[in-house]
Amino acid sequence: MIALLLRDIRLAMRAGGGFGLGLSFFLIVVVLVPFGVGPQSALLTVIAPGVLWLGALLACLLSLDRILALDWEDGSLDLLATSPVPMEGIVSVKALAHWLTTGLPLVAAAPVLGLLLNLSEAGYKWLIISLFLGTPALSVIGTFGAALTVGLKRGGLLLSLLVLPLYVPTLIFGAEVARRGAEGFDVTTPLLMLAGITCGTIALLPFASAAVLRVNLR
Amino acid sequence: MNLNAFWEYANPKKFIQTADWLLPWFAGLAAVTLVSGLIWGFFFTPADYRQGSTVKIIYLHVPSALMAINAWLMMLVTSLIWIVRRHHVSALAARAAAPVGMVMTLIALVTGAIWGQPMWGTWWAWDPRLTSFLILFLFYLGYIALWEAIENDDTAADLTSILCLVGSVFALLSRYAVNFWNQGLHQGASLSLDKEENVADVFWYPLLVCMAGFVFLFIALVLMRTRTEIRARRMRALLARERMGA
Amino acid sequence: MMLQVSDLTIARGGIPVLEGVRFTLTQGQALVVRGPNGIGKTTLLRTIAGLQPPISGQIDVPPESLVYAGHADGIKATLTVAENLSFWAQVFGKKDYSQAIEAFKLGSLSTRPAGALSAGQKRRLGLARLLVTGRAIWVLDEPTVSLDTEAVAMFAHAVRAHLATGGMALMATHIDLGLNEAQMLDVGAFKAKPLSNSDFDGAFL
Repeated sequence: MIALLLRDIRLAMRAGGGFGLGLSFFLIVVVLVPFGVGPQSALLTVIAPGVLWLGALLACLLSLDRILALDWEDGSLDLLATSPVPMEGIVSVKALAHWLTTGLPLVAAAPVLGLLLNLSEAGYKWLIISLFLGTPALSVIGTFGAALTVGLKRGGLLLSLLVLPLYVPTLIFGAEVARRGAEGFDVTTPLLMLAGITCGTIALLPFASAAVLRVNLR
Repeated sequence: MNLNAFWEYANPKKFIQTADWLLPWFAGLAAVTLVSGLIWGFFFTPADYRQGSTVKIIYLHVPSALMAINAWLMMLVTSLIWIVRRHHVSALAARAAAPVGMVMTLIALVTGAIWGQPMWGTWWAWDPRLTSFLILFLFYLGYIALWEAIENDDTAADLTSILCLVGSVFALLSRYAVNFWNQGLHQGASLSLDKEENVADVFWYPLLVCMAGFVFLFIALVLMRTRTEIRARRMRALLARERMGA
Repeated sequence: MMLQVSDLTIARGGIPVLEGVRFTLTQGQALVVRGPNGIGKTTLLRTIAGLQPPISGQIDVPPESLVYAGHADGIKATLTVAENLSFWAQVFGKKDYSQAIEAFKLGSLSTRPAGALSAGQKRRLGLARLLVTGRAIWVLDEPTVSLDTEAVAMFAHAVRAHLATGGMALMATHIDLGLNEAQMLDVGAFKAKPLSNSDFDGAFL
């Protein structure tokens, strides 16, 4: 399983692996927002936590179809499925690799982009914490969506349609933590809910993803 | 009651026979209750002292919202039956119910908007209830899109069943998240089932009739659509057999 | 240790293709599956590999003893030959892959990215993967596609060496590998009857 994790990270880092694509997308979305809503810093301060969360979510979504589709195309998935690694392990490792190569860089980049959006000073801490807690759920849920659509040609659009509704609770609580943090309110409740959703999805969703993947490999 | 007898209806032939027999009854019941309930509600109830005649939209709004949720619950149950017992009819019934449920959600959303316009002065407010229904609508969209996208029938049934299961959990989570996110700053849906004590009997009885009408309508539509799905599936099976014989 | 298949019925896309398939493979034996295109050879091998469930029948195989190689090699283009092999070795809990490099003469290619290999070289790399897994039963689907004569001989040699150490091989191929000891199984004889009652959609007819 560690070998699989290392391989996935190595593949993502090599040429054409897509590492950095999500980051660039995140940057572009955040840069485009002021063009859309106007340059008033007061307004940007208000919407910054939500925009940053939404940008991170979309950047995450962008790379979901790579999680399993590439391994499906070159036959690795068949071979992995007949290997000693259990299917639940495969999807968990895939989700972890996706988080390490996509989610974690987004968390790291978010404060820099917060500067662009004039995020309030108190907001940085909670923005980073909420993204750090929330993005693993995005990767795990995304892996489920990727497993559902893995056998389909041009499944990318369907993948977004399936995954986005599932992202709603994570987005609501994550953005709520960032917003309340930025405005100096108490963040305990949404923070606990966010952590709960992340833990719950990490614990349970790989079973669903594995079941779905088995069906798709038939 | 003997439970084994119940599973007999999982046989497509038996199901079609039963559906053929039941369908006219449910269609008739739906027509009678809907027509009488709506006429009663629209023309023979007084206008609300606060909301005027706009309140009469509840005779469409509340029953459709009720069926929007119940349709999803039915899909959840039939999906579970498919996963556990692998009765094809069950999976096809879930598939048949989804578009009906989606249309019910749409009716609830549209009537909600029409009602909201005079009440809140806006067509759309991010009221937790309305927002939840919008999210439910998205779930229906995804579920139907997945059915459409997959060619193999059994694969599609398996994948959509699991999606329905996972989706149910996330839909519930979304409901709570939305409640938390916007704690009903607006007036809220003041005439709803869980606030039935607020509803005078004079509105309540025609509403009950309308709800019964929507239930019958839903059953009739699902029976009809399941029958169609079974026939389509049968046609594909016959074609496949022909190809193999050739 | 042996692979025993009894009364197996398998389906592709919900339609049964083969029924009543039975054979036994014991240590040191090779079995070549033959039959016209579309008869269900790939489906049979995938079913035995555990990728899809059979409709009926039994596959008796010791756990963790089987390795499957399909049409696609599962090679990552941006990893080198050595990295590809070492990954699969680790997945199967092994470390050493030098023997595999040797058997398929990949030594001079080992630091090249797999994407730069020719089709035949990629296939050799895909087959070399079998050796690093340490599994006894090889299930191979068209292993000799895009191999030249020399590489086919390499492959035949590897199979023979594998059989000599008590391994087994089950493969679908049209090329004569010169494995005289291999048994033949013509699955044409097991073609499912169109009116079969075990039809998945039987209930709908």
